[in-house]
Amino acid sequence: MIELGQHAQFIVGAYVGVFGGLAALVAWILIDARRTKRRLEELGDTKRGGTR
Amino acid sequence: MSIETSPKQSWWSRLAHPGQFVIWSRPFILPLAVLTGALFLAGLYYAFFSSPADYQMGDTVRIMYVHVPSAWLSQFVYGTMTVSALGTLVWRHPMADVSMKAAAPLGAAFTAMALFTGSLWGRPTWGTFWEWDGRMTSTLVMLFIYLGIVALWRAFDDQLRAARVVAIFTLVGAINVPVIKFSVDWWSTLHQPASVFRADGPTVAGSILTPLFIMFFAFTFFFVTLQLVAMRTEVRKRRVATLERRAARGEAA
Amino acid sequence: MTGFSAVLRREIRLSLSGGGEILTLLLFFIIVGAIVPFAVGPDKELLARIAPGIVWIAAFLSMLLGLDRLFRPDREDGTLALYRLADLPLSAMVGAKVIAHWLTAALPLIIASPFLALLLAMDGPTLIRTILSLLVGTPALAAFGAIGAAITAATRRGGLIAPILIAPLCVPVLIFGVGAISSQGGPDQAGAALLLLAALSLMAIALSPFAAALAIDWGED
Repeated sequence: MIELGQHAQFIVGAYVGVFGGLAALVAWILIDARRTKRRLEELGDTKRGGTR
Repeated sequence: MSIETSPKQSWWSRLAHPGQFVIWSRPFILPLAVLTGALFLAGLYYAFFSSPADYQMGDTVRIMYVHVPSAWLSQFVYGTMTVSALGTLVWRHPMADVSMKAAAPLGAAFTAMALFTGSLWGRPTWGTFWEWDGRMTSTLVMLFIYLGIVALWRAFDDQLRAARVVAIFTLVGAINVPVIKFSVDWWSTLHQPASVFRADGPTVAGSILTPLFIMFFAFTFFFVTLQLVAMRTEVRKRRVATLERRAARGEAA
Repeated sequence: MTGFSAVLRREIRLSLSGGGEILTLLLFFIIVGAIVPFAVGPDKELLARIAPGIVWIAAFLSMLLGLDRLFRPDREDGTLALYRLADLPLSAMVGAKVIAHWLTAALPLIIASPFLALLLAMDGPTLIRTILSLLVGTPALAAFGAIGAAITAATRRGGLIAPILIAPLCVPVLIFGVGAISSQGGPDQAGAALLLLAALSLMAIALSPFAAALAIDWGED
């Protein structure tokens, strides 16, 4: 890793926070999607998106 | 994959129909996600290994590579929501309100990230974690608007009825954003003594632009990918709600 | 024109007659201002310096927290449905309601502001500027508030969501409202702020009835 200077903690903190936030966002979106798909299958609608 | 037995529809109606949307959007997700990941990797490489420290700010300029894209996205997502709101109200496009609803929490997250990175950039640069300067303050107000929109969606039981009402509020917000920015800038010049260092950003040398642009695109594609997935989920959620209502009525009968 | 004035008269009569709403709002306004010295200490210099801000915050909160009564009672007893079916356009109804709301909520506050000024060690000239800025700025608060009330009229439980939605939009009103009072930037600044405030109020009054009417209509079907 290259030298990040005296304020390294802030730089690292910013990147960790941002990528942590992005990861959390992805996780939430994916979990929500999976949960909804499962509920849809439970209700017996196997057609993707449910066109009727 | 189900066999589509209905007659071949024009590309416009395929875009508009929710069920069709879920079908045609599927093959886009993985490529978009891969592209986003690649852009982030390239961006990180350039941010840390291939760009110099700013002569004035030192290495903290590297925070800019995540701060500026977050702030840009905070604006861009609201722009997306505004266009979607117009789509709902003016053209009555069936997918417009789905797009509007999916974008709101994403926009709130990016705005929060912009504030977070701005705060961490401010601490070594200005000495404090928070400064009531024009841009940070406007971003804070944007966060409140985003969160208000998320709360508004949740306040309605019927999401379809909520759609047009939320669209109105989004448009009222869109008209007000320039007014808010102007007033906040006016206010901050009123209260800030002239000698305070205004962090306008470093002088942009070419080698600083490269990671900035890459991150810019990385963040934007990140939003597009998640927006697509969130829209598909929203379509499915509405289908779930319809089926649940039908089941409840069926059982009561 | 008679329909418009009929709605206006009805709204004012309802506010004046039932439930002591005006008194409640007035008390809230005074109390918000009066508790400030308990929180920041009775130092007169400090109070005098922040008094314009406090008065505006108190007005802001009072106007925003009283929003639920704008459309919800009418929606619940069916009057809103009648309004929607009437000959008079819904936006005119909303306009009448906004005017009535201003007359019965903002005007009492403005009349009571000298009392608050006394408690907060505000001097005479500042008080005059405060009253002027409230006169010019509270219509904007009423207009924005009507949009918020209209948007949330169809939700199950009103509560705090209308103030939450409208508060960010009212930040410019607050900024220019206080800016028109404070002598911090000199009289030029105050004058500019007052003009900007007037422009904001005019724009809000002109446009909000239409936005609110649309929001009510679309919230109902």
